[in-house]
Amino acid sequence: MIAPAEPALEADHTMVDVGREPVTSLPRETLLSVRNLKTYFPQDEGLVKAVDGVSFDLYPGATLGIVGESGCGKSVTARSILRIVDRPGRIVDGEIRFRRPAADGGTGTGHVVDLVKLAPDGSEMRSIRGAEIALIFQEPMSSFSPVHTVGNQIIEAIRLHQPVDRRGARDKTIEMLRRVGVSSPEQRVDQLSNQLSGGLRQRAMIAMALSCQPTLLIADEPTTALDVTTQTQILELMRQLQQEDGMAIMLITHDLGVIAEMATDVAVMYLGRVVEQAPVDAIFHNPRHPYTRALLRSIPRIRSRSRERLTPIAGSVPHPYDRPTGCPFHPRCADFMAGKCDRLEPSLRPVGDQHAVSCFLYE
Amino acid sequence: MLTFIGRRVVLAIFTVWAISVLAFAIIQLPPGDYVTSYIAQMATMGSVVTDEEAQNLRIQYGLGRPIYVQYYKWVKLIAQGDFGMSMEWRRPVTEVIGERLWLTVVVSVAALILTWALALPIGVYSAVRQYSVGDYLATFVGFIGLAVPNFLLALVLLYLGFVLFNAHIGGLFSPEFNDAPWSWARVWDLLKHLPIPALILGLAGMAQQIRIMRANLLDELRKPYVVTARSKGLPEPRVITKYPVRVALNPFASTIGYTLPYIVSGSIIVSLVLGLPTVGPLLLKALIAQDMFLAGTIVLLLGVMTVIGTLVSDVLLVWIDPRIRLEET
Amino acid sequence: MAVAPEQRVFVASQWQLTWWRFRKHRVAVASAVVVAGFYLAVLGADFLAYADPNASEAQRGLMPPQRVYWFDDGKFGPYVHGVKGVRDPQTFKRVYRTDPSQKIPLRFFAQGFEYRFLGMIPTTRHLIGVGGSLDATKTIFLLGTDVQGRDLWSRLMYGTRISLTIGLLGVTMSLVLGVVLGGLSGFYGGIVDTLIQRTIEILRSIPTIPLWMGLAAALPREWSILQVYFAITIIISMLGWTELARVVRGRFLAMREEDFVVSARLVGCSQMRTIFVHMVPSFTSHIIAATTLALPAMIISETALSFLGLGLRPPAISWGVLLQQAQNVQTVAISPWLMLPAVPVIIAVMAFNFLGDGLRDAADPYGR
Repeated sequence: MIAPAEPALEADHTMVDVGREPVTSLPRETLLSVRNLKTYFPQDEGLVKAVDGVSFDLYPGATLGIVGESGCGKSVTARSILRIVDRPGRIVDGEIRFRRPAADGGTGTGHVVDLVKLAPDGSEMRSIRGAEIALIFQEPMSSFSPVHTVGNQIIEAIRLHQPVDRRGARDKTIEMLRRVGVSSPEQRVDQLSNQLSGGLRQRAMIAMALSCQPTLLIADEPTTALDVTTQTQILELMRQLQQEDGMAIMLITHDLGVIAEMATDVAVMYLGRVVEQAPVDAIFHNPRHPYTRALLRSIPRIRSRSRERLTPIAGSVPHPYDRPTGCPFHPRCADFMAGKCDRLEPSLRPVGDQHAVSCFLYE
Repeated sequence: MLTFIGRRVVLAIFTVWAISVLAFAIIQLPPGDYVTSYIAQMATMGSVVTDEEAQNLRIQYGLGRPIYVQYYKWVKLIAQGDFGMSMEWRRPVTEVIGERLWLTVVVSVAALILTWALALPIGVYSAVRQYSVGDYLATFVGFIGLAVPNFLLALVLLYLGFVLFNAHIGGLFSPEFNDAPWSWARVWDLLKHLPIPALILGLAGMAQQIRIMRANLLDELRKPYVVTARSKGLPEPRVITKYPVRVALNPFASTIGYTLPYIVSGSIIVSLVLGLPTVGPLLLKALIAQDMFLAGTIVLLLGVMTVIGTLVSDVLLVWIDPRIRLEET
Repeated sequence: MAVAPEQRVFVASQWQLTWWRFRKHRVAVASAVVVAGFYLAVLGADFLAYADPNASEAQRGLMPPQRVYWFDDGKFGPYVHGVKGVRDPQTFKRVYRTDPSQKIPLRFFAQGFEYRFLGMIPTTRHLIGVGGSLDATKTIFLLGTDVQGRDLWSRLMYGTRISLTIGLLGVTMSLVLGVVLGGLSGFYGGIVDTLIQRTIEILRSIPTIPLWMGLAAALPREWSILQVYFAITIIISMLGWTELARVVRGRFLAMREEDFVVSARLVGCSQMRTIFVHMVPSFTSHIIAATTLALPAMIISETALSFLGLGLRPPAISWGVLLQQAQNVQTVAISPWLMLPAVPVIIAVMAFNFLGDGLRDAADPYGR
């Protein structure tokens, strides 16, 4: 599963050094910079281009919301960053530049590595995975092993990355569980996950993810499977922990409400590509891409005039085996320009301050 | 946990009871009663059973009284360690069976251990490297194991050994150790002879276990907790062995209860083909000669042994699966 | 025909869906053909045989298989060479020498012993036979002969008939037991379920072979072939039903909660009607699959029992009876063709297993 990364490098990122050499010239101290990421799944029926040229930036302490319909490649993007894409999928192109904290743990800017170039199961990738980039995801019911205690699994994560003994790791686990609001953590630590409720499990999951103070937390639909009350609590918890620890969050969701509440920046994905990236206000008040606009029109608003109709997006997401040529959104687009959108592929271009769109309307 | 084991023990007791009824039925099935055939047998040998002796035997076995009384008397005698006389050998049944019972245990347990020791890693490999050459190979061997009845396999191996190496691969001992008293040298000799019968006996079970392990593990590998483990930064081998393999082990372990009876069953026929000094050949001889006390006792002992083995494996399962262990009720 | 291909799937019946899914499973389809071939052999065993399976002659004991020459002088005309038995002057063993000067032509649809085709039509035609006059010295032994000088090929054909029907009959009996008990267990639940489940558990934890051996050995010696045949069938079917009952119960339990069963009950269907009109049809395919998977065990059981001399006894012919002659390694080493009856056993068991696997996967057309 070693990704061949040759063609990506000669792209237009001349300021980026190849390999693991420290790179200094990243704009605005980017924590994570994804460029032209492509993750493909060869299947019997054809090649599924789950992620097909995704680019975005994430800054320290910020929250980047990634929105899109199911199947648009959000989760695969997250797993590509962690380098845990399931077989037969593999990263075929692109860069994932991640800024590692300074080795002394001080305030230095650290150095940047291209995660695509690391061996997925190599020691450097493993020292990043879990310690500097942590993941929480949707299924709170099955994201813990059913035959190991919750504590065992958190302790394992701590001992993997920190020089503490079993006793110390256990104390830290209990401490973390208390921080995420698990009541009587001394007992919970020795329970099996099926003895916890869904909300508690997600809290334990967050405790595990944050136990090593990561600089980036990837939350893949963290609240989708929870009921609304629990959902709010979990989001509130995440926000509070972010303020305390200062990590960046990459929040993947299909729920624009969650985005509005949590995100500082938003990337909108469609069929494996980012079609628009902007600060959260710009997305909600000044959306540029036709897909973003359609998406916003399709959700109900509390303050909308009564009797105003919701407009569903025309058509449906194309089958992954036959992607449209040109702009992937053109068959459903209201502003479709024949001869252009169905022939050429648009690219992400800036249209304002930190606002980029991939659409011919703005070229 | 205690209730679980308790339930198993009760079930085991019922099973032993059912087996004893069946064994008793086997003893009773042939026409004529035991004492009459005993007298006839003695007569052909030229010795005469006096009326008094015959009468004593009749009373001892409750002949002429209702069938449940006879059953009760028989069970009572067995509880005292008296399994009756073998007509064929004119010796007490226990003496005739002798060490053969223990050799049966040894062969069966060896087959069981081999089944597990091979099925577990092969199953894991097949699942983790799905559709690799090794996986196809394991699948192929699995089908052979399922499709070829073990006595035929024994026959073929015996034939190949004979034709290719001019060696007799059957038996559990070299000729010089056949009737020797137990010694370390004899144990070593036994260990040297054990792998082939154990493999033949275990192959069918192994094939099944590999399929079970592979299917379970393939299911488990797709579960989110594997992603969790991976996202912690655990090395891949550790991810696989600590989590999905551990979970897939449970359904795998729970099949042991059905594997043992299967192996014991198979050992009877395979022993016959390979000429192993287990109870198998003895049982066949006893059945053909209608030596029913011997046959019934063998069936009973085999059954009881299997039940004990199954019970042990159940307790083991409890120990493996914390979901049962931690169950409070 | 107006329906677009991708829409056919919405209007297809469950059986159609099952068939489409099954068709994709190539190995299972091939196995189905093999199984069909086996049962054709069952029907036409006497047509496929060319010699009376019980005609023995001491002069021809343990004769090796003959080589068939397909072309005679460049033209298609299969023949075999004659074989002469002589006694080795040193060892006094019987050895066979082929006589290249003697050609015995093979003919298709030739005359042979008289039989009733499919039990009805009297005929003397066989698939193959010796061309020309029916001369006692001109005989063929494609797969050699056994100790008593009986033709192995012909015996194998008759053995197939018995072995495969005994499996079929046994599985039918198991099926009845399994469906009734499994159905009761799954439908009523409660005490009935517990009782039946415990019985199954007990039966499954007993080593079966010694038990059958005991039961089979107790069959009276004076019974006729037919009586023994049925008794053996009953004995081996006592093994198969537990697994079938388990499958049926599982299905029943899953289905009891299904909406269509609940609504059938709510509209006032009687219990019998609910079971037989609404529930049984929806898991027939599962039962067929489970039955197919149970057959190999039946075939192996019969073979094993007969092999031990406790099952069918000569003059009955089954694969197990034929294999009885291969019990002794010394004999097999000299006459390896005696092991040939193992080949159909293995092929049949494999074919039934693959077929059953394919059917089981196809039985759930809405599954993954």
